Amino acid sequence: MTAPNPPILSVKSLRVAFGSTLAVRDLSFDIHRGETLALVGESGSGKSATALSILRLIDREGGRILGGSIRLGARDPVEVTTLPPAELRALRGERIAMVFQEPMTSLNPVMRIGRQIEETLRLHRGLTGAAARKTARAALERVTIPEPERRLDQYPHELSGGLRQRVMIAMALICEPDVLIADEPTTALDVTTQAEILSLLRRLQAEMGMAVLFITHDLGVVGKIADRVVVMKNGCKVEEGRTGDIFAAPRHGYTRELMEATPRLGSGAPEPLAEAPAVLRVSDLVTSYGAGGLFSRSKPVPAVRGVSLTLGRGETLGLVGESGCGKSTLARSIMRLVEPASGEVTLDGEAITGVSQARLKPMRARMQMVFQDPYASLNPRMTIRDVVTEPAFLHGAVNARGRADMAADLLTRVGLPAEAAERYPHQFSGGQRQRICIARALSVGPRIIVADEAVSALDVSNARRITDLMAEIQRRDGVSFLFISHDIAVVERVSHRIAVMYRGKIVETGPTNAVLAAPEHPYTRRLLAAVPRIAQVDRPAPSVALPAPLPA
Amino acid sequence: MTDYLLRVAIKMAVTLFAIVTVTFVATRLSGNPIDTFLGEGLTDEGRDALIAYFQLDRSIWHQYVAYLRGVVSGEFGLSFIERRPVTQVVAARLWPSAQLLLASIGLTAAVSIPLGVLAALYRKSWIGSAVMVVAFSGYAVPNFVLAVVMILTFSYWLNWLPVVGNGTALHFIMPTIAMSGVLIAALTRFTRNAMLDVLGQDFIRTARAKGLPELAVVMRHGLGNAGVTVISVIGLQIASLAAAGSVVVETIFSWPGIGQLLVTAAIMRDYPVLQFGVIAVAVAVVLINAITDVAYALVDPRIRLARS
Repeated sequence: MTAPNPPILSVKSLRVAFGSTLAVRDLSFDIHRGETLALVGESGSGKSATALSILRLIDREGGRILGGSIRLGARDPVEVTTLPPAELRALRGERIAMVFQEPMTSLNPVMRIGRQIEETLRLHRGLTGAAARKTARAALERVTIPEPERRLDQYPHELSGGLRQRVMIAMALICEPDVLIADEPTTALDVTTQAEILSLLRRLQAEMGMAVLFITHDLGVVGKIADRVVVMKNGCKVEEGRTGDIFAAPRHGYTRELMEATPRLGSGAPEPLAEAPAVLRVSDLVTSYGAGGLFSRSKPVPAVRGVSLTLGRGETLGLVGESGCGKSTLARSIMRLVEPASGEVTLDGEAITGVSQARLKPMRARMQMVFQDPYASLNPRMTIRDVVTEPAFLHGAVNARGRADMAADLLTRVGLPAEAAERYPHQFSGGQRQRICIARALSVGPRIIVADEAVSALDVSNARRITDLMAEIQRRDGVSFLFISHDIAVVERVSHRIAVMYRGKIVETGPTNAVLAAPEHPYTRRLLAAVPRIAQVDRPAPSVALPAPLPA
Repeated sequence: MTDYLLRVAIKMAVTLFAIVTVTFVATRLSGNPIDTFLGEGLTDEGRDALIAYFQLDRSIWHQYVAYLRGVVSGEFGLSFIERRPVTQVVAARLWPSAQLLLASIGLTAAVSIPLGVLAALYRKSWIGSAVMVVAFSGYAVPNFVLAVVMILTFSYWLNWLPVVGNGTALHFIMPTIAMSGVLIAALTRFTRNAMLDVLGQDFIRTARAKGLPELAVVMRHGLGNAGVTVISVIGLQIASLAAAGSVVVETIFSWPGIGQLLVTAAIMRDYPVLQFGVIAVAVAVVLINAITDVAYALVDPRIRLARS
């Protein structure tokens, strides 16, 4: 890389450790003004540790900078690693700003939006009162938040995830920093919101000329935003180059592996099954929230509004839609974890809706669920043996003595060693935990498994392994999957048929290949347009007109 | 918000009904009140007259209904000892008790919140450990031990502080400290845990990334959030604990409050006073809880909006 001007941020031989484990080993890279550098790798590769080290926030997360240098500024660069605390604080938010992954938790919940933005202004610019408010308002306008004046007086929980991330960006950019570090800023958002945030970041960068360090595990996103890419694995840089070059000719095996794992829209879906007798039938299902409650005067809000679908034996039906469209409510209504208001669900011809809890119990063994967050959905105090055999034990399918054998069998079926049975959930990675969740679902020999965003919390490589595992289980056991995701590219890879959900209704359904090749509903088209693709670099997404989204 | 207030009011009404009923049942459990309270020296005619007066010859349901009627119309009967309505007897004791309660809660909050924050910030150094050791020890010392030790030290040996009564500000010092000891220990631990919880959250990292000095991060963003839960604990638990502690502390220091009244009434077998006194204390605790509920909703915008 030859650069005409000196870099604005230069990281040299950076080494960071958590306790005695090295998280970042000898990492070097430069970023120049107006440039976006993407730091790519799977979880645990040291990306976030690098980002936090640049702001020296790493100590607070339990890490330590062991060596190397971080220099900020083109002329007379400052050495960040040895800066005294007061000077460091003057730098944070003023010359280097950061946007975090979790917009839902990164804003102070009991402080108004306006005050949170003005706080930075008072700190670095000495602005207070009306002047600060005016600047804060302008910052919200810059990130195209509707009704900025009203937003200033709102609290974070009144805003959707996408809006909160815009607020975070507005806050980070308020002092026009030299460098913006964005740590997985769109990972927690659905694809359409992600596309909006990415184009917003591009525009702001063009306007303000700052350098952006963009951290992501998603190569599709890299294609949309980055000029150059640094690929990291186990804390080391394995490859660096221009985005186009890397996509066209990845040199390192790991980069190729990553690209392989990245779901690519249009790479083909499984062919629809020739004959698949219906296992699950949902007809005209309606589920509302907010009803009931003795003193509640609010009208019930329908989350699922008249949904009908069928799931065949050995089939995977992909259910896509953005957050808040009612996907999860639909899944929970099918499982009767929430009570539907009307409509019917039948499993093998037997009605699930309208039967008593006692009658429902044996039927529950035939439908199992895998949830999004593998960290929260395993009881930390139970051994894996007890975790995976619990449903079978509760349904009387196994006695206390048979649990060890059953656990060993289940674990081998999901590709984990049988010895894992004696360990506890915290000893496993996210991907491994999701395997454990699947093993648990399999323990009762279910007819259908509802996977609710089951791979959304995993990085691409792990997500790939989990979807492969699901396909394998399906081939072997003939289980049907209802695969729910906001990521249409992942859905394409696993689903025989697809159903697109929008505002509580199924707006389009059919064989996956047919729907994706010729989408009929404008919402399906918008979803498709929003998906970041590896193959294309810097192609602006076509905009499709759509009614304004419902408030969440 | 009106919905929310209505719900709080109904919850209160249900709780109060339960308290009134429990008080009724509990006093009936200890056998014939006439024998228990008046004992020897009572003629048969006098005894019969009292039984008729209290309607003890009627069924338990009849008594209960009559009692409820009395409660609703504010007729709680006469004190056996003072020969005036129990409502007046208890009302005279309200303010001294409230003063002591407020002083204790004030002292508890003023000491525990800074200590708890300190313990959270320095949890890995000797400062944090020292605070927690003191807090644990404080928890282990009962209020009557603390009271007696203080009386011995400051009144008997040093002769600095008055023991009996509530005449001057000096009179407040020992009772307030005696009541607060355990509360300070409990609230310090709670504040520390609430702060640790909040300081580990994402928005604290955001605040640091802005370049805020550590003091602003901890006070504005940390305590700003932890404070919400701390307030609720002061209202819901500390207030009830203090009410319970007042029985012991008021008796030791002859503080003319409800706690002392209850003890005297129990010793003197002044049954109507005891009954109404218990109801009055229970009502006070329920009221404080309700006020806390509303305060909590006012402080935390998430609750305010979710419930409105």
